[in-house]
Order: sequence, then structure tokens, then C-alpha cells
Amino acid sequence: MSAAVELALRPVKVALVGAPNAGKTTLFNVLTGSSARVGNYPGVTVERREGALRGATREVRVLDLPGTYSVVGETPDEQIVATALAGHLAGEPEIDGIVCVVDATTLRRGLGLVREVLKRGRPTLLVMTMIDEVRARGGKLDPTALSRILGIPVLGVVGHRGVGMDPLHRLLPDPSRWSRAVALPPAETAAQRFAWVDEVCAAIGASELEPDTKTDHIDRVLLHPLFGIAVFAAVMVLVFQSIFAWAVPAMDAIDAGFGELGRLSREVLPPGWATDLWADGVLAGVGAVLVFLPQILILFTFIHLLQDVGYMARAAFVVDRVMGWVGLQGRSFVPLLSCYACAVPGIMAARTIASPRERLATILVAPFMTCSARLPVYTLLIAAFVPSATLFGVVGVQALVMFGLYLLGVATALASAALLSSTLLKGTPSVFYMELPPYRWPTPQLLAKQVWRSARAFVRRAGTIILATSIVLWGLLSFPRAELDPARTPADQARANLEASAAARIGKAIEPMIAPLGFDWKIGVGLVGSLAAREVIVSTLAQIHAVSDEDDSIGLRDALRADVDPRTGRAVFSLPVALSLLVFFVFALQCTSTIVVMARETGSWRWPALALVYTYGLAWLGSFVTYNVALAFA
Amino acid sequence: MQKREIPRPATARAVMPLLALAVGRRARLAEPPPGREIPGRLGDLGFTPGTELRVVRRAPLGDPVEIEIRGYRLCLRLEQLDGLVVEAEPREDGR
Repeated sequence: MSAAVELALRPVKVALVGAPNAGKTTLFNVLTGSSARVGNYPGVTVERREGALRGATREVRVLDLPGTYSVVGETPDEQIVATALAGHLAGEPEIDGIVCVVDATTLRRGLGLVREVLKRGRPTLLVMTMIDEVRARGGKLDPTALSRILGIPVLGVVGHRGVGMDPLHRLLPDPSRWSRAVALPPAETAAQRFAWVDEVCAAIGASELEPDTKTDHIDRVLLHPLFGIAVFAAVMVLVFQSIFAWAVPAMDAIDAGFGELGRLSREVLPPGWATDLWADGVLAGVGAVLVFLPQILILFTFIHLLQDVGYMARAAFVVDRVMGWVGLQGRSFVPLLSCYACAVPGIMAARTIASPRERLATILVAPFMTCSARLPVYTLLIAAFVPSATLFGVVGVQALVMFGLYLLGVATALASAALLSSTLLKGTPSVFYMELPPYRWPTPQLLAKQVWRSARAFVRRAGTIILATSIVLWGLLSFPRAELDPARTPADQARANLEASAAARIGKAIEPMIAPLGFDWKIGVGLVGSLAAREVIVSTLAQIHAVSDEDDSIGLRDALRADVDPRTGRAVFSLPVALSLLVFFVFALQCTSTIVVMARETGSWRWPALALVYTYGLAWLGSFVTYNVALAFA
Repeated sequence: MQKREIPRPATARAVMPLLALAVGRRARLAEPPPGREIPGRLGDLGFTPGTELRVVRRAPLGDPVEIEIRGYRLCLRLEQLDGLVVEAEPREDGR
């Protein structure tokens, strides 16, 4: 095979380089359609996106590099871009061409980056985005003149409307035929670089743009010292409200659907372990996770919508000072708020945090936020053991305890963030800069695509890793079995089976470790079960207390109250034990999906391992203190 | 002998820390005081001596601030701008 033919068959690889908000990702989405694959670069918390160019006659792989303002290589993002510009990302084919993406409305800053890219001497193409905005603000733009000065092809596009994409589609497959950059005058300092930028801008007749009056007017209200905070609070309450109130009917429907499916399966399939595996392992396990899908759809719709219209950056601007106190950033706020639904989308939403340190800190403290999976556990234990009295005639003690648990979660998250950023993640703080993009109308198709992509990632995880874990845990909870005794009621038989199971052995084995917290081996079994998902402890406790219907929460409540330790004759559950268990659930990272997502998003198992040690250590200590203090007062 | 205050002409440029610059007032970034330099990162963002800039707004809680420089706007935290000195254009009311 001749070299020319081989070259023609090899897929062409081009990489997009540009500042955050330059319109790089929009351009990427338009170029690649739905073919994009999202992942991480090995070992770092940097998102990697690659896709195939749509409608190309030969295979063109488009790599969307992380957004950076500079390619010096100080942050992980910049290091990736710097390595890519040198042509050789580890374990990947060589990059044939660089597409430099610059926001035409901030051309003066963008050209500094273009200069850095051109210095590397690789085939480069310049795409100026948002050219409609420049015209709307009375600016002039002459791609041909700029192309003459730089020597490289220069195109103007409006990414989300597809304007100017045809020439780009024609040029992309042939980086070897792009015209090459002229020799640029040397510039060592920032001042010299910007002097060159000013010269270029003068030569192409780029004038100052008129202020974006529409955006300025809106910002005068939305960033007003007083209204700004009120609007921010209102938006966050709306998000919070939506994930709890609006999602509930759909969640109940999914829950009931899976319950019904399990019941039907038992009717149709012959009794036996295979049916149990299907109904109790597969259906119940996947159902327990898919039940969060409505919340996740609503959440991601909000997050992408706020991002697309331009409010997300404003929210970060408003709240940045408060988050800065604990070493986080304004951008950490929405991901943490999302964790009230489920830590999985929260951790995924942390991708919007540009600086890796703050992103990592946000991911690590996310599991402390009170997710909805803790709610059934809290509700059961509080209803069973906290007196339903009222303080001062108005505040219910039960509600107060519930509120206290939420508060404890947030406080621990913030304190842990402060601790992390002054110890493990210590170092020069990432330079914080962000832009307030102009307000734009959202594009429904783009919004739908983004939400769909996020939801698909979540469901795929439920279908693989979570399914595998629920099967393993089902096995632990089901085998080996007790002998079948016809004299027993089905509920008693279920309890006997559970008592004989591997999980019960684990529960008994860890009893010495959890006894100082007031837990017996039965709670230990519950804790083992809750490793799949927190709320599983409710059904495990129901099984072990031989409550025939696990949805019978009053029955379970009474059974828990009546449970007596045969050795001491004392009640297993008391207020101190219940409080201790509640505190344990506030701290412990008992969620396989969160651990897996954490590993995926940070690109290593080191961080979830650290989180496990830290949260379980904290849980043990917290429960120990709670139990003993409560005993002293009881 | 008593020192007499010399009234400054109304058109004088005031040299002050960037953080003391009032919202909306235009200024030029001054050479940093001896022994200090403008951090490289800020240089990359366009903060070079002589550049005109303006504080567009402060966040509702006072920090960060949005700054207009070289025709674009950036939000930066106060601690990052600490140490930058500007020469403010004379105010329109001449004070």
C-alpha cells in the first residue's frame, strides 16, 4: 500500500482549542451531532469529549479540548491543551490540525491565545464565533484581512444557528492543505503580546463594540445589591422545590411500577432462587436507582437552562463570596444544591466548575448533602423513636430533629471543604476568573440534547454497575438459606433465611465494632444492605424483623420498638440508638453509585477511597459521641 | 513654619489601589510599585501597565468584582486584584 493511500485511509484528527465560553462546545456539538463520547483524561479531573465530523467523506475525529485562557500548562486543563498542541496526547493518535475557537466579541483577548497556538507551528485554523453579536453591537469584522495577516484560514460562524459552517466542513478533513502561519514578531512579555494584538486589531479595522445594553439592563436588576440576592434565593428555592414537589408523582409511579413488576414476576415465574434474584435483586435494585430519574431530569433541565440563558454564571457571581470562605467557588453552589436530590447528578454537575481544585473539593463533600435516599430512613427512625411532642407549643420535636439532620449535613460539607482546601488540596488557589456571558434565548433542541445526554449517562450506570452491586448484595442477603420449615409463617421463614445468610454473618462479625455505637448485629445487616443504596436498610430491617409487608411502615415501627435483645432483655432500639443511627446516616458514604461516579469523575479510585475512610471515620465518631451523650441524658 | 496645602488642580490624576476605584470610574493600570510585579496570570488576561480599565460592578456581597478591560469583561476576586495600582482619570465633577 502506498504512503499516500495509507494517509488517505487513516482517520484525520483535529482538536478544538479555545477559552471557556468562546462557543467551543456549541461548535463541537454542531460539528459532531450526537456521536460525541464523553469521558475523562486518564488520572485527572478533566473532561474529554470526542466525536466524528458529521457528513464527512472520510473519517474526521474532532477532539474538544478543555477551555483555557492560556496554554502555559499550570493547571491540569492547560497541561492537556499544551500536550495536545505539541501533537502527542498519551495513548492517542497524532493530532493533524488545531482549530482555534475565539469569541469574536472578545477578539482582543482571544488573539493572545491564537498567538500562543501559532507559536507551536502546527496546522491551525481560526474560527471566530458569535459574529452576529459583533454586528448587532455595531462592530466590524473582516476574516479575510485577519487571514492575510496571520497566514492561516479564518472563518466567522454563528455556532448555534449553523451560520458559516459549510466552509468549515470543507476545510476540516484536510489539515495538511491549510495555509500556514506567517512568522510572528517576537513578544516575550504580556505587554508585548497585547501590543501585537492591538496592531492586528488596528490593521483589520476592528473597532470597540457598543455595550450590550440588553444584558446591562437585565443585570442592573439581577445583580442589584438587594434584588440580586432575592432573585438568587428565589431561583434556588424554585430548583429545590421542583426536585421535591414536582418530581414526587413520577417517582411514586416508577416505584409502584417496579413493585408491581416484581409482584407480577412472582405470579408468573415458578418460585425459586432465580425468581428471587430477578424480583429482589435485579428489579428492586435497579428500581431503587431509577426512581431518581424524574428528579434528575428536572435537575438537569434547570442546570442546562440556567447555563444556556446565562444565569448560571450570575448565580456563581452572587454566591462566590460565601463559598470562598470554605475554599469553594460560586460555581460549587448549584452542584451541591443538586445533591439534595441525589449526589450522582450533583457530582456530575460539578463539571461546570472550571478549576480542578475546587471541582475536586466539591465532589468530595457532595455526599454529605442530605440526598433523598436518606429521607425514608430518617422518616422511619424519627417516627418510631423521637417523641411527637412540641416545643413552646409550635415547633414539633420530630420536625426539629429532621431539620437538625439536614443542617448537620450542610455544616459537615462546608467544614470538610474548608478542611480539604487547607490540607490535602492546599496550594496556590486557582486564579479565579469568570465571565458573565450575554443573556441569550435558550435553544430547545440543544437543551433537550444536553438533558438527554445527562439522563442517559445516569441510566447507563444504573444498568451496569448498580445492577451488578445489587445482585451481589442480594446474594449476600439470600445465601446460605435456613432449612425450609412448613410450620413457619412466610415472614418467619424470611427472617430465618436472613439470619442464616452471609450478610448476617458479616453483621455478627462487625458487631464488636459497632456495639460502642449502640448497634446490634441486626442493624449491622441493615448497614451491609445499605451499601447498595441507603434506603435499602428499611427493607432489610423489615425482613429481619419478619414484617411481612415491607411497605407497612407502621408495622415496622412497632416491630422495631418491640425488638428485645435476648441476652440482656433490654430493647434493641431506644432513642439513643435511633439518634446514633441517624447520625451515622448523615456522615457515612453508603452509596455504591456515588462511589463509582466519584471514581469516574475524578479519574481515579484514590479519591473515593479517601472519602470512604473519612466519612466512615466521621460516622463512627459522630455516632459514638451521639450515643453516649444521649445515654447520659436518657 | 506651617506647611501650606497646595490645592491640586482639578484635572490631576489620582494614583490609588485598584480596589479603591469607584464603580464606573475609568482608570489606567499604573506600573507596579518597586519590588512588586503584576502576576503573570493577570498579564495573560490583559492587565498590563497603561491599559485602561473600569470596575463595572461589584457582586451583591461585595466580592468578586466585574472589570472591563480591552473591550471585554472579567470577574475577579478582590484578593487577586490586591496590590494593583491605577491612575484614575479625573472625575467629571472635577473633585
